[in-house]
Amino acid sequence: MFCGLTGIVWLHRKIQDAFFLVVGSRTCAHLIQSAAGVMIFAEPRFATAIIDERDLAGLADANDELDRVVARLLERRPEIRLLFLVGSCPSEVIKLDLSRAAFRLSQRFSPGIRVLNYSGSGIETTFTQGEDACLAALVPAMAASIDRALLVVGCLADVVEDQFSRLFAALGIGPVRFLPPRHAAELPPVGPGTFFLLAQPFLADTARALEARGATRIAAPFPLGAEGTSLWLQAAAAAWKIDAARFDAVTAAGRDRASRAVSKCREELAGKRVFLFPDSQLEIPLARFLSREMSMELVEVGTPYLHREHLAEELALLPPGTALSEGQHVENQLDRCRRARPDITVCGLGLANPLEAEGLTTKWSIELLFTPIQGYDQAGDLAELFARPLVRRGLLAV
Amino acid sequence: MQLTLWTYEGPPHVGAMRIATAMEGLHYVLHAPQGDTYADLLFTMIERRDRRPPVTYTTFQARDLGGDTAQLFKDAAREAYERFRPQAMLVGASCTAELIQDDPGGLARALNLPIPVVAVEFSAYQRKENFGAAETFYQLVRAFAGPNAPPAGTARVQRPESCRPRANLLGPTALGFRHRDDVAEVRKLLGAMGIDVHVTAPLGATPADLARLGEADFNVCLYPEIAAPAALWLGRTFGQPTVKAVPIGVGATCDFIREVASVAGVDPAPALGDPASRLPWYSRSVDSGYLTRKRVFIFGDATHAVAAARIASEELGFSVVGLGTYSREFAREVRDAARKHGVEALITDDYLEVEAAVKKLSPELVLGTQMERHIAKRLGIACAVISAPVHVQDFPARHSPQMGFEGANVIFDTWVHPLMMGLEEHLVAMFRDDFEFHGDAAPSHLADTGTAPAAVEQPGATTLWAGEAEAELKKIPFFVRGKARRNTERFALEQGVGTITLETLYDAKAHFGR
Ligand code: SF4
Ligand code: SF4
Repeated sequence: MFCGLTGIVWLHRKIQDAFFLVVGSRTCAHLIQSAAGVMIFAEPRFATAIIDERDLAGLADANDELDRVVARLLERRPEIRLLFLVGSCPSEVIKLDLSRAAFRLSQRFSPGIRVLNYSGSGIETTFTQGEDACLAALVPAMAASIDRALLVVGCLADVVEDQFSRLFAALGIGPVRFLPPRHAAELPPVGPGTFFLLAQPFLADTARALEARGATRIAAPFPLGAEGTSLWLQAAAAAWKIDAARFDAVTAAGRDRASRAVSKCREELAGKRVFLFPDSQLEIPLARFLSREMSMELVEVGTPYLHREHLAEELALLPPGTALSEGQHVENQLDRCRRARPDITVCGLGLANPLEAEGLTTKWSIELLFTPIQGYDQAGDLAELFARPLVRRGLLAV
Repeated sequence: MQLTLWTYEGPPHVGAMRIATAMEGLHYVLHAPQGDTYADLLFTMIERRDRRPPVTYTTFQARDLGGDTAQLFKDAAREAYERFRPQAMLVGASCTAELIQDDPGGLARALNLPIPVVAVEFSAYQRKENFGAAETFYQLVRAFAGPNAPPAGTARVQRPESCRPRANLLGPTALGFRHRDDVAEVRKLLGAMGIDVHVTAPLGATPADLARLGEADFNVCLYPEIAAPAALWLGRTFGQPTVKAVPIGVGATCDFIREVASVAGVDPAPALGDPASRLPWYSRSVDSGYLTRKRVFIFGDATHAVAAARIASEELGFSVVGLGTYSREFAREVRDAARKHGVEALITDDYLEVEAAVKKLSPELVLGTQMERHIAKRLGIACAVISAPVHVQDFPARHSPQMGFEGANVIFDTWVHPLMMGLEEHLVAMFRDDFEFHGDAAPSHLADTGTAPAAVEQPGATTLWAGEAEAELKKIPFFVRGKARRNTERFALEQGVGTITLETLYDAKAHFGR
């Protein structure tokens, strides 16, 4: 399982004028580079300030060094409006106070540039928790507002956001804002009139921070699959007291397209047994989609962390007796997976090829973060992600 | 603190993983946070290994830090022993664990496991991947071959006439650039001279194989970045000579064969005259004329960069306009080579500096790593990969060595392909006004992209082009147009010419012409 730094790979593409500066070691730089894989840009909007021997030996003041690196960076990249200092294991172990550094640098570079900090360290966060920490860091920077508004929380692809915006508009729900915003200046306001819908299941800290600002969470399952999307939209519609007839009228076309799209894969997936390794915290909503809409059988559903409150609606939809496992003990999970010999295994990149070589069919979970899968018009793509490995195995005669 | 966008090398413990993963019967217990397990994917995805690397991570968390991370390490090591039953165990710390100073070596020894335990320590905030690989290999070799060392000063027993000479091949690792195929080629070369390979390490070797290293007559150090310290120690300890020539390129392969022959006391002739060595003839064939003095920029690890420079100049007739490495440990070797080619060596691990150098030199071909491939792509320059860091593409399904005569054949094809075929280039020049060959047409092997590389086409912001000069520029084939434009603008700037006319264009051509 990756650490929370990985979130930078999708976060930096979402907030187009933000830069992510990891304060860490060569390992951290190497992790992001490896997770980003082929996405090598000229100058990516992320980098690592690599702590070196001099910083550790006290020969250089780490804070001065950081200021120097940031100054050089901002000079090179004048278009940056929002800078995140991202903590790592080494910065935390040596107790480098990035919140003080962010405060200091914010003052120095304000008003043009805001500097925030969060931790993506592997001793505190796993994989998607990095997004949670990042969004939670944005909350104190949001303006106060008492106006009634809907806030959608969690990174979504722009195309998905636009689809949801159109649906909310047609339902008569508004204004609708998104966190994170596409540009730093569009950071939405928050306050007692704010009702928020989580678009991702791993945003515990962000939700807590929003609630502390007076916002109210609208409990709902997550917008994966036709059913998940409908229930998610419906929860907002209920909060806005939209009548059922209007809801049905507005969502009918989407629901219809989604169920037609997923039905193409159902034949391939129905009755197949799936094993989910803990990785992204998307496992439970995925399991719900796979069992209820694709008629798959759940062998084991692992999740690195189970937030019972945010996932209450999802858990209620899982077939009774579903085997859930929380946390990670990879060797034991592998033993169970091998014994169960599922038809398809959802796992991280480190396990996929070794399991394939053992004759198991796999789907790597990181693709679920990089591919738009939420909403009616992506339900078919989501199903396809699981069907493709099975279809492929069927095609190959070598 | 150093600002880093992309790194050429991972941290030193990834180098240790490359050694452990290459070997059999060895298990590496790494004191590291959960997130560091990402390194598995380098092996399973990039190299498409069908097994997980033999690595157990302790995966400590923040809440463990106040408590007993040492106990966590001991539990992990004991469990790993029981589950995997390796012949030997390697233990160490990742950069984060180095800060908490738990002493994995001491902890592992305290467990009294019934197998040898080798501890490796790096200065993770100073060192990098290749150092980690070299240090790990050296420590393992010492630990396993050491007990078989003769007392210091013992003369080496001469090989009886009746026995074939035996060599160790040192250096190939997991995740190495073409290591798998290089080993096969070098075995072939040695076989042609009647020399047996005693142990290849670390790739495919067990700890027991390492213990036998001292039995061979000599060592072949294939990748000095990884094997130099181990080879040096073996030389000192067992009196084994080391063959230092690295057989990349035709000339270097011949040097290698001669060096091996003299060390082993055999005849080089059977290996030298390989009829499958095609590079020399392909390079002499008239079709290759267009390769003459193509300007190449070379960057990679020291061994591959130096070898590439020699091949480029002596075997393909290119001119080397830039040569550099990210291996600071081998800066001297690269500087010496650069001097020979009349350029100044670029020693850096800053990707932006390399990019700036490529921009400034505007070569026609870049020979580099995956990083330079991206630089070249952006600038619209042809490129071939010659060195790690690697990417999934650098593990082709077919046999594609860099070493030996077959390696040179592979290199000829790989470097020449991105350049326009000679005939094609002539045709474009000759028929540039013909509708099919107009200057905006991409080379046909780039047809799927639909357009010519665009990055080189940006007009200069400050200099003005007169209409006729602009029109003339359009007549120049697209693949040199960017360079012509840049050169002319630079010339204009230097000469203080405000508007570029036809005159300026041809003055610049004369100025830069070769
Ligand atoms: S786990 Fe820690 S040390 Fe490793 S990459 Fe993540 S933040 Fe860096
Ligand atoms: S068009 Fe064909 S022959 Fe010509 S350079 Fe491209 S691949 Fe080679």
